[in-house]
Amino acid sequence: MGDPLSSTPSTGSARAAINTGGAPAYLIASIFGALLFTVATVLSRDPLFQFQGWIFMIGFVLASAALTIGLSSGAFNQAASRYMDNVIKAGVIATMFWGAAGMLVGVIVAAQLTWPNIFYFPDFGFLNFGRIRPLHTSAVIFAFGGNALIATSFWVVQRTCKARLFGGMTAWFVFWGYQLFIVLAGLGYLAGITQGQEYAEPEWLTDLWLTIVWVAYLIVFLGTIWKRQEPHIYVANWFYLAFIITIAILHIFNNLAVPVSLLNHRSYEVWSGVQSAMVQWWYGHNAVGFLLTAGFLAMMYYFIPKRAERPIYSYRLSIVHFWALIFIYIWAGPHHLHYTALPQWTQTLGMTFSIMLWMPSWGGMINGLMTLSGAWDKLRTDPVIRMFVVSLAFYGMSTFEGPVMSIRAVNALSHYTDWGIGHVHSGALGWVGFVTFGSVYCLVPWLWKKDGLYSNKLVEWHFWIATTGILLYITAMWVSGIMEGLMWRAYTPQGFLAYSFIETVAAKHVEFIVRLLGGLMYLSGALIMIYNLIRTVGLPNTQHANHPADALPASAVLAGE
Amino acid sequence: MNYETVAKFAQQGGAVYFFLIFLCGVAYACWPRKRGEFDRAARLPLDEDD
Amino acid sequence: MASIFKNHGKLERHSMLLLLFIILVVSVGGLVEITPLFFLESTIEKVDGMRPYTPLELAGRDIYIREGCYLCHSQMIRPLRDEVERYGHYSLAAESMYDHPFQWGSKRNGPDLARVGGKYSDAWHRDHLINPRSLVPESIMPPYKFLAEHDLDYRDIKDKLRAMKTVGVPYTEAEIASAEDDLRAQADPNQSPTKLQAHYGSKLNIRDFGGGPNRVTEMDALIAYLQMQGTLVDFTTYKADAPANQR
Repeated sequence: MGDPLSSTPSTGSARAAINTGGAPAYLIASIFGALLFTVATVLSRDPLFQFQGWIFMIGFVLASAALTIGLSSGAFNQAASRYMDNVIKAGVIATMFWGAAGMLVGVIVAAQLTWPNIFYFPDFGFLNFGRIRPLHTSAVIFAFGGNALIATSFWVVQRTCKARLFGGMTAWFVFWGYQLFIVLAGLGYLAGITQGQEYAEPEWLTDLWLTIVWVAYLIVFLGTIWKRQEPHIYVANWFYLAFIITIAILHIFNNLAVPVSLLNHRSYEVWSGVQSAMVQWWYGHNAVGFLLTAGFLAMMYYFIPKRAERPIYSYRLSIVHFWALIFIYIWAGPHHLHYTALPQWTQTLGMTFSIMLWMPSWGGMINGLMTLSGAWDKLRTDPVIRMFVVSLAFYGMSTFEGPVMSIRAVNALSHYTDWGIGHVHSGALGWVGFVTFGSVYCLVPWLWKKDGLYSNKLVEWHFWIATTGILLYITAMWVSGIMEGLMWRAYTPQGFLAYSFIETVAAKHVEFIVRLLGGLMYLSGALIMIYNLIRTVGLPNTQHANHPADALPASAVLAGE
Repeated sequence: MNYETVAKFAQQGGAVYFFLIFLCGVAYACWPRKRGEFDRAARLPLDEDD
Repeated sequence: MASIFKNHGKLERHSMLLLLFIILVVSVGGLVEITPLFFLESTIEKVDGMRPYTPLELAGRDIYIREGCYLCHSQMIRPLRDEVERYGHYSLAAESMYDHPFQWGSKRNGPDLARVGGKYSDAWHRDHLINPRSLVPESIMPPYKFLAEHDLDYRDIKDKLRAMKTVGVPYTEAEIASAEDDLRAQADPNQSPTKLQAHYGSKLNIRDFGGGPNRVTEMDALIAYLQMQGTLVDFTTYKADAPANQR
């Protein structure tokens, strides 16, 4: 399939070359990859394929250079008695970088819809809304969210299993391979490479690359669980595991496609029409369910107890909540297809399960909130805890709003409108964003061995600016969404449609300005956070003994590799 | 096997399967002998620093 | 039942079992909702008039996808009074049977396009695409001036038809072989349309779509695609009350 990278899962050989974690195998694979894409790029007549080929080539050449330098300087000789934390540091940096970039693109698309005369450039078609909107969604979901999940999962699985990450350099391959995926996808959108499926825009070559990276991720995660020193697998890891495996299944089935040729960037999906729609929203809704929910619930189940210094409110509830959530979520996709040509029973099934989903979602929220019972004073003293609490509040709100919007009669009004945009942003900015910010505020002092953050005051600022921004954003979208929905279906007393379509567009202008302001505030909050984190890294190292250890427990070192 | 049969089987089978899974999940979580293990498990994130 | 519960102890200790259970639990929903759709004949209504896209329309559709039009324009008219009055007959499943992938969309920053074909002139589309606000002052649509400047690159059009055939679109070998000729023939009124019409029927828009004289631009392809949107199905022979159309 024109793909050189099948040689990558060299985890087998990682054991043989234990002191360098399999780096020589990765070096060989990188050189091979660089050569293969040089040949493919030369042979292809498709400029967009060549564009992708160049990105791959540059990526592999850089990887080869880095691996050569690392091997010759001995930088890869690993201390197996320590947790593997450098890859997590890299993940935290990537999370914040892509987060700010993705939010910035979001602000730009919001500005385009508000003042099209100023923010569209007729001579720069690659900056049109249709190309940078997927850049925004992919950057915040997959680059910001994905990196946050990979980084925190590497931290949580090591600490709760008391084991070093499995597979040597493979964890680094997962990190850099994922960054390459992000660059391929993002620059690809600007160049016009897309398969036209929302949240699954990357074309076949990029999809194949992500599949390889994801399998490596699964191997690292599972392998670490196999090495664990605890008999029980902590529940956060259940959520991470469900996220990793389900995303793999969804990614593969929604991207089954036939390339136009092996040297052409374009492919056509094997499904068409109704099947294509059903598979797409089975994928789309479960990207929400398993990436943006299950994965971030895993964060919640680790970082909230840790920060509050109390065990989770009910471990039993977390188990019931886990199974109910993953079972019910997978059915909910058809609520994106109400009143369409999808058979009606499937729509009804999707709606029923969407309403049922309310219960396990609130089960999770209650479990997180009640963990703080008896420690409510921390809400006042610790802005990071407050961030977690607000993230759960937004989680509860959007998982209530979602089931309401999945009801057919409500959906008839809300579908195709800004209400949907508001809904995803209350989940994305409120829940996903805040739980990530909270976790990163915890992680940075732990990873860089500091007593605490540079400034709690700045966290306060971040908290209030971002919260106000979210509220402005979602209120604006409620108003404009419900307004346009009502205007579309408004009739004059004579029985004619009351408004032309363009009147409903013009009516939203003020709401669009408010939305833009909300987005700008949220972005500003993230920039304040980045400044705070950079200053934190510059602080002197901690002297505290009870700081989270970077060394494995002695028993684990003996039993491990 | 036509569309109606498959659709009907899918709907009924799905409902039964759902209730079975849910019962299994609840039973597992509430199994009395598991209490001690879960209590220990809940402290896993807090006990890691020793 | 009791024996099942004894095995539950393994669930947390043995990660592979946990993995297996997760897969079992998450796969059932998709199977139930997706599998029945593959009993195709009965999921898609019986309609007259559907045909695969001509090479020019297919190239236009690829530009529609490349520019992300689906992010603001739906192609799915719901059977609600206002939508049917605003956009036309509600969309049928059969109308997207050759869409790999579907382009129903999820958001209407602009109006639905499922039946935009024939509603406006080619010149209107060209001017509107080049500068939407020259025709609709309140429009928030991006400008697509470059489409009229870029010649359509259709060197791979045969491969595209062949890939479409692989995924189930009934293109014949003859249609694939003459894809480049058929593409030019549709955009150039000076060429003989006989072969094109033999392949795709007589109900075709054959003309210079206004994307530039004596050349085939990306604008021509996109307008050719837009102008056939929703025009294929013959609604005089469609029986909405037939039991097979009532799902």
